[in-house]
Amino acid sequence: MTTSEPTELNQQLTDGFGHRSEWSQAWRRFRANRIAVGGLVVILLLATMAIFAPLLSPYDPIDEIFRGMRGGSPTLAHPFGYDHLGRDLLSRVIFGSRIALLVGLLATGIAVVLGVVIGAVAGYLGSWEDTLISRVIDTLMAFPIIALLVVLAAVLGPSLVTTVVVIGVTGWARFARVVRADIMSLKATDFVTAARAVGVRDWRIIWRHLLPNVLGPIIVLATLGIGGIIILESALSFLGLGIRPPNPSWGGTLADGRAFILRFPHIAFFPGLMIVITVLAFNFLGDGLRDALDPRERD
Amino acid sequence: MLTYIARRMLQGAVVIVLISVGTFFVIRLMPGDPTYLLLGEGEIRISQEQMEAIRARWGLDRPYHEQFFIWAWNLLRGDFGDSLIRKGIPVRQMIFEAIPVTAILNVTSLGLALLVAIPAGIIAGVRRNSTFDYGTAVGSTLGVALPNFWLALMLIVLFALYVPRWFGDLPLIGRIPPFGLKSWQGYILPVLVLTTEQMAVMTRVMRASTLEVLTQDYVRTAYAKGLPNTIVLVRHAVRNALLPVVTVIGFRIAFILSGTIVVETVFAIPGIGRLFTDSIFRLDYQVVQSLVVVLAVLVVAVNLLTDLTYAIIDPRIRIN
Repeated sequence: MTTSEPTELNQQLTDGFGHRSEWSQAWRRFRANRIAVGGLVVILLLATMAIFAPLLSPYDPIDEIFRGMRGGSPTLAHPFGYDHLGRDLLSRVIFGSRIALLVGLLATGIAVVLGVVIGAVAGYLGSWEDTLISRVIDTLMAFPIIALLVVLAAVLGPSLVTTVVVIGVTGWARFARVVRADIMSLKATDFVTAARAVGVRDWRIIWRHLLPNVLGPIIVLATLGIGGIIILESALSFLGLGIRPPNPSWGGTLADGRAFILRFPHIAFFPGLMIVITVLAFNFLGDGLRDALDPRERD
Repeated sequence: MLTYIARRMLQGAVVIVLISVGTFFVIRLMPGDPTYLLLGEGEIRISQEQMEAIRARWGLDRPYHEQFFIWAWNLLRGDFGDSLIRKGIPVRQMIFEAIPVTAILNVTSLGLALLVAIPAGIIAGVRRNSTFDYGTAVGSTLGVALPNFWLALMLIVLFALYVPRWFGDLPLIGRIPPFGLKSWQGYILPVLVLTTEQMAVMTRVMRASTLEVLTQDYVRTAYAKGLPNTIVLVRHAVRNALLPVVTVIGFRIAFILSGTIVVETVFAIPGIGRLFTDSIFRLDYQVVQSLVVVLAVLVVAVNLLTDLTYAIIDPRIRIN
């Protein structure tokens, strides 16, 4: 008892200290990166816009139709102009941020959870499970994802839920690949052997000892992936297989604009601009996180 | 080497079989009965017997697994079946008419992208942190973030609306059509769109690989021997720095095909991608499932080819 008390105290001290300093060092590195901080600020602004969309948008994005203003150009009262049915485009774009962020975050969430679980299983178990999972990962990574999404969306019928689920369920491969490789190399380390020797169960080893070590790369990969997912969602809606009209998604509004592209080019311009800004913000944030969390990878 | 190729081809075959089985059954879950589509638009009243006859003619009355084996067997013999919707036209003809269009589009864009990206990436890597380096960094960051369908629409606005208004007809090119492929000018905008993304990615790869190579011992040795800068760069650095580009091309074939699906649809170009989305909307099972297999074969083949190329041009890689 007398010996265990100080060790325990030491353990807590080093644990707490080491943990905190590692993340706070990363935070310090991140803060110094102005582009990454800029990305974070833009994302926070977009999130605010999405949350308070009903308060911020001057008109109703679906029901308020201005007669005789179909495809009308921007004016002071309607800075983005009108869409092809005479609705206020600014309001539709503001509400569109809800769908973009919702799909981006939820689909990424599904993909990360699936990828981490599947990758951990493959990396930890090895043997035939690994072979099988690796084949599936290769197939998913090699196949044109849009083709897969289009087929699945057509089968399930286009909707918000379909879009999220389909993108999430097809997007886990890149996470699984990273987790699998990291866990395979970590499995051979002394601390895992020690844990196993003490009799810690497999799932606990994975959860407590292995996964915290792959958290950094996963956060980076997930952030960098959100931009791509927002583009995928827009592409699906653009092809008519994502969010259904009259709901205001950026891709859907772009598709509306496509039919009138030579008469009312502004309809397609603004939602696309928002997509670019959002994707850039997430990419900058992801790059910044990578530099902050893994300083070895800097060039 | 031969056993490696054989094993890779076997793995590729497994992937192709998995994809074809998957697509075949997933497609049959699609809502809607193709029999009604076969009958065409509008309300046509037909008897139950006529309905049965149509289903029997197309094999739609058989159990799914039988339909699958009939289709797979015919596919192996090179018979892709007939289109359900465009009545009587063989799917093979539709696909073979679409492939050259897609090939021209993507080979041209990839070539153009490499033509710009390789020198740009090398210069950016060699002159690290220079204005040129930052310029390409901004350019490739934007190129990756631009959704290709939006870029396509904006280029249409620019070249079909504003350029004729401001400058009239362009020299040599004349007027660029916004949609379709009636003349060679129709290729200009889609190629521009597809090139942008490839260029952005390849420049990044080339820059990173140049930076990597410049730190290698053999480059230092070459400098130590007193070789002039250009010889070291061209003969020692660039040759090796090109290797990752080959791998990335193989890796990106899936993205390239994804891009072509969207871009062909925007520009109404009769290639593989447009055929694919059209067939999905028309519930044309025969075309969709055959196209997916064609895409899978293409991806597997390109991946194998790039891996082999890589091994051949870099003797340090030992395959096993």
